[in-house]
Amino acid sequence: MAGKTLYDKLWDAHLVKQRDDGSALIYIDRHIIHEVTSPQAFEGLRMANRKPWRLEMNVATPDHNISTDSAERAAGVDAIPDETSRIQVKTLDENCEYFGIREFGMNEMGQGIVHVMGPELGASLPGMTVVCGDSHTATHGAFACLAHGIGTSEVEHVLATQCLVAKKMKNMLINVDGVLGTGVTPKDVVLAIIGEIGTAGGTGYAIEFGGQVFRDMSIEGRMTVCNMAIEAGARVGMVAVDDKTIDYFQGRQFAPAGEVWDQAVAYWETLQSDADAEFDAVVQLKGEDIQPQVTWGTSPEMVLPVSGVIPRAEDESDPVKKQGIEQALTYMGLEGGSAITDIPVDRVFIGSCTNSRIEDMRAAAEIARGRKVADSIKQVLVVPGSQMVKAQAEKEGLDKVFKEAGMDWREPGCSMCLAMNADKLGAGEHCASTSNRNFEGRQGNGGRTHLVSPAMAAAAAIAGHITDVRTFEEGGAS
Amino acid sequence: MKAFTVHKGLVAGIDRANVDTDMIIPKQFLKSIKRSGFGPNLFDELRYLDEGKPGQDCASRPLNPDFPLNWPRYQGASVLLCRENFGCGSSREHAPWALDDYGFRAVIAPSFADIFFNNCFKNGILPIVLKENIVDTLFKDVEANEGYELTVDLPRQVVVTPSGEEFSFEIDEFGKGCLLEGLDEIGLTLNDADAIRAYEAAREKDTPWLFGAIK
Repeated sequence: MAGKTLYDKLWDAHLVKQRDDGSALIYIDRHIIHEVTSPQAFEGLRMANRKPWRLEMNVATPDHNISTDSAERAAGVDAIPDETSRIQVKTLDENCEYFGIREFGMNEMGQGIVHVMGPELGASLPGMTVVCGDSHTATHGAFACLAHGIGTSEVEHVLATQCLVAKKMKNMLINVDGVLGTGVTPKDVVLAIIGEIGTAGGTGYAIEFGGQVFRDMSIEGRMTVCNMAIEAGARVGMVAVDDKTIDYFQGRQFAPAGEVWDQAVAYWETLQSDADAEFDAVVQLKGEDIQPQVTWGTSPEMVLPVSGVIPRAEDESDPVKKQGIEQALTYMGLEGGSAITDIPVDRVFIGSCTNSRIEDMRAAAEIARGRKVADSIKQVLVVPGSQMVKAQAEKEGLDKVFKEAGMDWREPGCSMCLAMNADKLGAGEHCASTSNRNFEGRQGNGGRTHLVSPAMAAAAAIAGHITDVRTFEEGGAS
Repeated sequence: MKAFTVHKGLVAGIDRANVDTDMIIPKQFLKSIKRSGFGPNLFDELRYLDEGKPGQDCASRPLNPDFPLNWPRYQGASVLLCRENFGCGSSREHAPWALDDYGFRAVIAPSFADIFFNNCFKNGILPIVLKENIVDTLFKDVEANEGYELTVDLPRQVVVTPSGEEFSFEIDEFGKGCLLEGLDEIGLTLNDADAIRAYEAAREKDTPWLFGAIK
């Protein structure tokens, strides 16, 4: 009999009951809650007169629609100017208080984007099942969690039962061997993967990312990769546990300590696919082949190396794809056949659950240091992913580097990734963005998103257009 | 949840691949704390020429004449015909809420994104996967015949065309059962409360760090 994949092991460890109809009950170890997808779930609980099954398995924080402006944040929840946003954040506060769920409030240390604050607090730990009403929950797979996004009905289901009804997915291995070139980052790796397998390539699969490139990658880098599994269609993306994983969690607020720590480590060390495990699909890429990536269209699979040329619709033979290219070029205001580096940029966004951790801040600051934002750029938003990232960045003086370059240093939140707050693009504006989705209108009605790494975003801010970060010398004027 | 058994309704098509949930219901409408009222903002950016805001009276907004759901022939449609990877992107359940509020009962596509597909079942909407060539034919037939209706028969797992042609579709047993009876899944799971407690007791012994961490 073939060995087990990492996903098989996590599934088996959390199986409460296999039902005759093919569905299964899976136990959920950690449920992370935010203001946007939870109010209707709490209302459902109240209406059915149900209580959370196990309070301490839940943790909450507001992130999606809060302001990133320092003055507005300092004024507190009651002063949130937009009434609907205020009601939603207050509703989360009230629900957490009413039910007794631990919430990291809007201005509390520990608050942050759900997928940044969870790992940094040790609220999500290796081997856990982690769910959240947010599709980027696969982020926590970076340290061998079985983690995925759920809808609001499932948020209510997890609250009420600590379980989900699930069906086992298929296993996919994405193997990236070799080493990455200078200036090539985890974001470029995951964008290249999406370019290779497409936005539906992972549908129905749990993806495991394996190979030398991921072994060499930091835990934060692995989070960036797993974060975007959903952009390849997969609800789950994972990396096996290694020494880096265990080092990352040592001393975190909710991580175990003492004897229990040793016990946990012994278990975590088993969280790898067996050597003879069989995958339903295997994709191979070479690290050396990956260049810095830039999306040109309105789907994450519409991505090219920075040296690339925007496709022409007439060169595509498949009618549905051809129509997709035409629609994307029209929406983006771009010409097929022009160079990726000719794409103009109006605004730059450095942040989101994909790229707002301390390493991302450092990478962007490295490029910004000693340079100035181009005159043609209207705004550069740098939004740390959490209060802890913000504090660490300020300790390192990164905030000053950004400000001296002419960039805005903001308060933690989801910000312009989905533009639920005031941070948004105007119609027709191009944005070099470190976020995860370039869908039509995602960053503001009529806005045009180009997904890139933090270093590439900072480079675009300096150059005033998309540019190859590898042409920048470290720490000097370009 | 309302039950789904057999539904016959007018078909409207949206002929583009990778329709994401941001497109189905844009983010500004996610600030609502209710489950209802999203219908007027379904496909907001494609449907209207101005920028939609929460709480607006949509009846007086300028309509995009190129968007199929605005055409007189598709008014009252309850079966949505789509292309591949429908519902990709964000996990927002507001997407099926908006489809439901608008009046759609079934969505037909060659493929769906996983989270959206799953969310449909929680809201009495039946997502149906049919082969790409069948979906192609349906698009042509819908376009050629005003008033084109399909019958979706969940117990028999078939879509029936006006000429009586039948296309069968797959559906997992659990999802089918919940839809047919409009079941409360939470109630169903709580029937297994003893199994959950037994699991917890064993797990707490083996992996104590998973319990009682967040306080």
